[in-house]
Amino acid sequence: MAPVATEAIAVHDLSKSYATRDGGVVALDRTTFNIDEGEFVAVVGPSGCGKSTLLKILAGILPASSGDARLRGTLIDGPRRDIGVVFQSPVLFPWRTVLDNVLLPVDVQRLDRTRFARVGLDLLNLVGLRGFDHRYPWELSGGMQQRVAITRALVHDPAMLLMDEPFGALDAMTREHMNVELQRIWLERKKTVLFITHSIPEAVFLGDRVLVMTPRPGRLMDDVRVDIPRPRSLDVMNTPEFGRYVHHIRSLFNVKGAVDA
Amino acid sequence: MKWTARNVGLTALLFVATIGAWEAVVRIFQIPVFILPSPTQVGMALYRGLASGVYLDHLKYTLLETLLGFIVGSALGFFLGTAVAMNRYVEFFFYPYIVMFQSLPKVALAPLIVVWFGLGLTSKVINAALVAFFPLLVNTMVGLKSADEDRVSLMRSLAASNQQIFWMLRLPNALPFVMAGLDVAMIFALIGAIVAEFVGAQRGLGMLIQSMNFNMDVSGQFSILLILSLVGLILNRIIMLIRRRVMFWDPSEKNLIEPATDDVTATPRIGRVVEAKEGVAR
Repeated sequence: MAPVATEAIAVHDLSKSYATRDGGVVALDRTTFNIDEGEFVAVVGPSGCGKSTLLKILAGILPASSGDARLRGTLIDGPRRDIGVVFQSPVLFPWRTVLDNVLLPVDVQRLDRTRFARVGLDLLNLVGLRGFDHRYPWELSGGMQQRVAITRALVHDPAMLLMDEPFGALDAMTREHMNVELQRIWLERKKTVLFITHSIPEAVFLGDRVLVMTPRPGRLMDDVRVDIPRPRSLDVMNTPEFGRYVHHIRSLFNVKGAVDA
Repeated sequence: MKWTARNVGLTALLFVATIGAWEAVVRIFQIPVFILPSPTQVGMALYRGLASGVYLDHLKYTLLETLLGFIVGSALGFFLGTAVAMNRYVEFFFYPYIVMFQSLPKVALAPLIVVWFGLGLTSKVINAALVAFFPLLVNTMVGLKSADEDRVSLMRSLAASNQQIFWMLRLPNALPFVMAGLDVAMIFALIGAIVAEFVGAQRGLGMLIQSMNFNMDVSGQFSILLILSLVGLILNRIIMLIRRRVMFWDPSEKNLIEPATDDVTATPRIGRVVEAKEGVAR
């Protein structure tokens, strides 16, 4: 009996262990959470806390060891076409123009190219890349390339956006700018987003909720609802309210003795 | 280095000085023409050969052998390389033989091939193809296998089939490697054709060198070497032009336009072109 799908994502008792030479490693340990339709959920945790494993399972490119994950009520048991993924690096194909890169999901899924070309151009306008559609990736800066990657993840109108530290490779200034931009895009499109990061301020700034994970075994430690009104500007980061959220989450890691958080 | 007026001048000066020194040495020490001909003698031999149409005739034949060998060899290398890269059974059962065969100096097979396929075109094409085959095989294999793991993950997350991953990702990704292989294969094919002509032929520049050697016509040999190196250069340039056309997106092909820099430098994430260095006995 399938549960009634009021939530976009339902993760239930999800575990993943890898076999290694000296026994197994539990990357993700009995994790349960839901994400509502249109919600922006940030997952924060130090390296090795299984957040990338979680994302790969949700993207359907890694099978779970036990438990299950559902998207709009249907079990995720393989790659699916209603999910958009943004990786840490832009992962653009250098032989494709910006627009052709954006249309990669359309080509793979054999959808109507002319119709989606219009969608792609609209999205490029939205992310601030108007007029760049016929450029090649090497002509763009790192931040611009990541915008193309976000556009590509949105073009086939997926039910959910999975983002794996998408701004991790950018410098601090560009990163803050991209956070504001992402919030703007999200407010316009209202997609369900799971956003993985190891930056606590980034998680608090972007998330409606922040899921806090601990390493070895990767386990969900806290689920923090961030009640800061949107749109949030960068100034929000200087408010005591913001500081309290960051402090709370950081103290969770300090208790566990995780240093790189 | 740029072709400024000064550099053009220096290049010309260096060329004239080298030729002049060569001419002077031959004249001053009165070196016999069957040991080392002077540039003027080489030039005259070249003129005679070209004016009589003899060189052109043989050149056309050698070019035909080279190009056919190049096409056959690189096509086979490409397809077998693809099979080895994409199918682990093919790799497991065939690759050891391929490596064994690769370590063999292929030109040492030329006498056998001439015995098997005769003095005509066929033996030359086969020998050229044999030598041109490996750079393509190796580079195609490496190119197809070097697709970035993140890009493969992206394709998988889009629910792409293996065929789609091959056509949309692996094949274009392998292009720089394949082009580098073609570059080497072109010159190798010329070597293969010439060596086979040495062993036994009725036409071709290699055969001509051989017969001039019997007649102690060293000026003639020098003039043909000159033609051969020019041919090699031109063939190489043709491949480079094609490469520039096909791989306009490869960072190694252009430094004309600087990437935009409002933040982190855009990192070109393309596998470097590796030239298949193959040990060929000459």
